[in-house]
Amino acid sequence: MEIWRLPISASQRGKLISAGYTSLSSLSSISSSDLARELNVSESEAMNILKVASHSRGSETSNASCSIVEGAQSAWDMLHDEESLMHITTSSADLDNILGGGIHCKEVTEIGGVPGIGKTQLGIQIAVNVQIPNDFGGLGGNSIYIDTEGSFMVERAFQIAEACIEDMSEYNRFLRKDFQECKIKMQPQDILENIFYFRICSYTEQIALINYLDKFLSEHKDVKVIVVDSVTFHFRQDFDDMALRTRVLSGMALKLMNLAKRFSLAVVLLNQVTTKHTEASFQLALALGDSWSHTCTNRIVLYWNGNERYAYIDKSPSLRSA
Amino acid sequence: MANKLISEIPLPKSIANVFSARNVSTAKDALSLTEFELMELLDVGLTEVRSALLQISEIVAPPYQTALSLMEQRFQNEHLGGHFPTGLKGLDAALCGGIPFGVLTELVGPAGIGKTQFCLKLSLLASLPTNYGGLDGRVIYIDVESKFSSRRLLEIGLRSFPEIFQMKEMAQEMAGRILVLRPTSLAEFTQSLEQIKVSLLQNQVKMLVIDSMAALVSGEHEQGARRQQTLSWHISFIKSLAEFSRIPVVVTNQVRSRNHDDASRYCFQVQSRDGAIETPMQYDSHLVAALGIQWAHAVTTRLVLEAKSGERFIKVAKSPISPPLAFPFHITSSGISLLSDDGKEVMGPEINAIHYQGHNEIINFGMEGLH
Repeated sequence: MEIWRLPISASQRGKLISAGYTSLSSLSSISSSDLARELNVSESEAMNILKVASHSRGSETSNASCSIVEGAQSAWDMLHDEESLMHITTSSADLDNILGGGIHCKEVTEIGGVPGIGKTQLGIQIAVNVQIPNDFGGLGGNSIYIDTEGSFMVERAFQIAEACIEDMSEYNRFLRKDFQECKIKMQPQDILENIFYFRICSYTEQIALINYLDKFLSEHKDVKVIVVDSVTFHFRQDFDDMALRTRVLSGMALKLMNLAKRFSLAVVLLNQVTTKHTEASFQLALALGDSWSHTCTNRIVLYWNGNERYAYIDKSPSLRSA
Repeated sequence: MANKLISEIPLPKSIANVFSARNVSTAKDALSLTEFELMELLDVGLTEVRSALLQISEIVAPPYQTALSLMEQRFQNEHLGGHFPTGLKGLDAALCGGIPFGVLTELVGPAGIGKTQFCLKLSLLASLPTNYGGLDGRVIYIDVESKFSSRRLLEIGLRSFPEIFQMKEMAQEMAGRILVLRPTSLAEFTQSLEQIKVSLLQNQVKMLVIDSMAALVSGEHEQGARRQQTLSWHISFIKSLAEFSRIPVVVTNQVRSRNHDDASRYCFQVQSRDGAIETPMQYDSHLVAALGIQWAHAVTTRLVLEAKSGERFIKVAKSPISPPLAFPFHITSSGISLLSDDGKEVMGPEINAIHYQGHNEIINFGMEGLH
């Protein structure tokens, strides 16, 4: 690992190189006061540089005691973790089946489709379903709904919440006829109270919000799903610099994946479609381009087939296309 | 919020100075760059960049609301919980009260089917005082194709609300609340939009009608991708205008015939079956809405007006609240009225299809009669 890869400021890097330190190993044996003298910087700055250097070096040494590479988990432990993770049901048995139980936590799922097919509906449904209590097989968590288009209708969310509670009472009556105390105490208002709604009016706010979510999630630990409806809208209008757009989008995607893993929640992104010219004909494809399609873990496309709505799993590490 | 100046955000002095020295003055500039780019540009360490970004983000990010408080707020502050009743009972019931505030509602249909009539009726309704079901405010009507007829407007008013319109001063007051703009080019339209945004709240404007959006764009000479770009600025501007002023915005759209190039399937659909799906979808209707798929995503509610076997239908093609219903309607001297308040539920993508039949049959019949 070379010096120029270290996350330190340009002037510090310049000083290191001009003083003759071009690789990490050359920094390993020097003390901070000597370094400060040589580079002509303050001692705390020198200590900082050494700390950064040793941190990045630590992930490459092969003689740490507990793990071979710091920060990695063995595949066996991961399998154990995954099995204990719960899924969020989408309220459609077939969709849950092809998803392997529902929307997975700790993963980013992207759902796209033509206008009017039901993406917002599915988003609201997921935001409600995550609140199903543990006794009924749900996660009992809260949800964050990030609305970029203004299509979140509270009345519809209310209807969906009512239907969800009805479903739960029916399930209750069906299976637990003997226990009287299992009465549903939830009201639709309670469900609505646990949906945190953000309205975003520009891509700057979108980026700012995702940066801020880190702090928000540490304060609200019950949040189990983040729904973004839709992630494309602000990025499709007047972005002259396409390269900048790609960079900003991938930065955003990485942060979302980070949030999903750290707080064990599911991230659902709703996407729009655009026309793509391939093989001498125009076809529909999800918006934001090819580089974006690499960033999400799972991809579902909703489409019309005859008179019915179908879902197609376009990309998933553990499920087959269906 | 995006253009918030960095100087107004409480950052530690040293970093604030560096930001301004490097010409990063608004939050938008700062957040559009990745962390490494900022480090290069400002010549500061990673931790400082991160904490500065976090602080900026915290201030720029919009505050949250629980869905419950959103609902309560809407019901208390807004007319009927944020919906504008159109007077067509079946439609209002389907749309949970009427045309929603703060979002775009689109009326699309072939020529002569009644879009402008609907707009006239809506403008009239909006100008009425609240006890008659109106919004008691001004209406801005952007009339691109010069279809606005004040005589027809007064006729509708006289037939539907005779008690108000028979008095000349009241009629004058109501009609006086409807302001008609006639932009002749897209540039003029852009200018008027910006002026409108400024004067919206001061002048008690309660509704915006744009008739029609497609006519504005088709007048420009650019094609394809450039046309999309021209339009996308307007789309987001109108949406943000609707959002921040919480008024209903109604936009009309035209239809065009379906090209062979029109995309209607995904790549995985083409490969799975070898032609069995092709035929039924392709020739169902020859008309599609103009302005493309980006526009179709941007509108929240889409009402399709069509004519089928001599009858006219208004269909709710896209709506976050309503199921796909079709209502038969006809145009009367008092505007539009529904022939039946029970919508017929339409399955599948049929709800998006636009038919224009029936009139040909009438003409042919007439011709045969002549022979």
